Amino acid sequence: MILGIDRRTWAVAAALLLLALLAPLFVLDRFNTLQFARVWIFAIALIGLNVLTGYSGQVSLGNGAFMAIGGYTTAILYWKLRIPYGWTILPAGLLAGLAGYLFGFPALKLSGLYLALATFALALATPPVIKAMGPLTGGHEGIVLPQALAPVGLDLTNEQWLYYLALAIAVALFLFGRAMLGGGTGRALRAIRDGETAASASGISLTYYKTLAFGVSAFYAGVAGSLDTTLTAYVNPDAFDLPLSLALLVGAVVGGLGTLGGPVLGATFIVWLPIYAQRIFSRPDISYGVILILVMFLVPQGIAGGALRLLAWRRRRAGGRPAPDPEPAPVAGPEAGAGSR
Amino acid sequence: MGIELAASSLLEGLVQQVVTGLATGAVYASLALALVLVFRSMHALNFAQGEMAMFGTFIAWTLITQLHVNYYLAFGLTIAISMAGGVAIERVIIRPVERAPALTVVLVTLGLFFVVNGAAGLIWGYVVKAFPGPPGFPQAPVAVAGVSIGVQDLFLIAVTLVLLAALYAFFRFTRLGLAMRAAALYPETSRLLGVHTGRMLALGWGLAAGVGAVSGMLIAPIEFLDPNLMQPVLLYALASAVLGGIENPAGAVVGGFVVGVMLALIGTYVPGARDLRLAFGLVIIVAVLLVRPAGLLGRPHVARV
Repeated sequence: MILGIDRRTWAVAAALLLLALLAPLFVLDRFNTLQFARVWIFAIALIGLNVLTGYSGQVSLGNGAFMAIGGYTTAILYWKLRIPYGWTILPAGLLAGLAGYLFGFPALKLSGLYLALATFALALATPPVIKAMGPLTGGHEGIVLPQALAPVGLDLTNEQWLYYLALAIAVALFLFGRAMLGGGTGRALRAIRDGETAASASGISLTYYKTLAFGVSAFYAGVAGSLDTTLTAYVNPDAFDLPLSLALLVGAVVGGLGTLGGPVLGATFIVWLPIYAQRIFSRPDISYGVILILVMFLVPQGIAGGALRLLAWRRRRAGGRPAPDPEPAPVAGPEAGAGSR
Repeated sequence: MGIELAASSLLEGLVQQVVTGLATGAVYASLALALVLVFRSMHALNFAQGEMAMFGTFIAWTLITQLHVNYYLAFGLTIAISMAGGVAIERVIIRPVERAPALTVVLVTLGLFFVVNGAAGLIWGYVVKAFPGPPGFPQAPVAVAGVSIGVQDLFLIAVTLVLLAALYAFFRFTRLGLAMRAAALYPETSRLLGVHTGRMLALGWGLAAGVGAVSGMLIAPIEFLDPNLMQPVLLYALASAVLGGIENPAGAVVGGFVVGVMLALIGTYVPGARDLRLAFGLVIIVAVLLVRPAGLLGRPHVARV
């Protein structure tokens, strides 16, 4: 046991990280390198959404709006002030985080279904608002940016540089999220998710933790939006439409809400599924929908949640030491229903 | 004299905008009615309601322009087909998660949203199509007391009011309507008294799908028909339903008319606001939920913790 993790988990994590580090050098071509860079970027957004929805139990169908804030912060800072991309990532995350934190206050009064409704409206309203702020955002046309270049002196292609940048930030933010969720904050959030009344009776400030979850979630979304803009070297309002926000939720749910590994699985899913689905259907929508429905029917805990349950079940059957409770999150806590039948 | 003239034309313009607003409001009202029907029966929102309406509208388009069916016959046929479709969707997709937490149902309806939207794109493509208006109602507006009023606008308003009256009569005066209300309010008791609550739920989805299809067929001649037709309409319908009280059908219709008129007035008289109408929908939803969650005509919920 090192840092509270057993040796086998360490080995698996180290092997996966090594694979992620070496793959672009030996296995991946330029296209695949960029796609996997996007996997890391979406993993960041999904870790954030997971903090909000998986741990604090607040559903967001609108985290694409916070990605938009991050993406546009980067684009505008470069466009108007020529600030290099690297320096815009933190401001992008902080600005989105502030917006999310502020959105968290009205959200406090909205439970379950109504919060889903309000964030759904947020997602639908995002592109028109961006378009209406023409002088700042470039309106309908968006902002075309120069391609991000690998720093001179590093023997990397531009794609590889973007890949490692995204991977490094994703790992750092994963560890940050893990530390936060593993400690008192994580316990408080889970307590709120599983029963607000009981949590607040135990002295947990609902206002503090729920707005914090919104802020952290939006910070992650903002960083992801900033990196995605750097990667595509272009922003336009329609990139931050309803399907983006819904794809984020699909990724979080399919990966597994309330699990640490879920976001990475979910990100892989939402980046690669459209690429494969386009070979079958002209658009990815149908396969997204079918898979989302099937996951809700068969493994409502998502892939990671389902796998944890399977592992726990096997260990119990083997009669070994009782496994630590994997705590796969129910998709919605008892508080999430506007009224249960 | 000049000032009087300007004032009267200003007034005419205002009345005209109000009528136009009531007409588009009728569309929001009918989709809001569909949302309320589902919400009343299972306390969940069907985020795919707009997409189902869009799909029904494409069926109507096929009937009218491809198979040359009479407009009004096609209107009725589409409602019937949509109702059957709504029942089938409830039986196959919603029933397995009927007792799951509300969020699970929301996610399933979001999955349905993707499937229906993608299926419509696959079948009918993404090229916008013109949808005919009701024959017998002239395109040209008529002048009433100096105000020109679109006759088709009156058709929209009338259809929605008839729809509301029919639903009211159904729930108030028929045994089936009574059974549906009972199943929604007291599922356990109703089951004990021999009401098939599952079937009532399916019927609720069927009714909602039929009502939703009407909203699609009403808006399609105004906007052009394509798979994303109903997404803004859904947002306004949600705003209408929330504004009127999400459990109250009459409230949904009132909410629809109010939202329609407000959007028309803001779009005309506030410079630059036309593009921000979707954001305005968001503002209505958040504001109502914060200030008066039960809506204009709803009754506040009191829960014991």
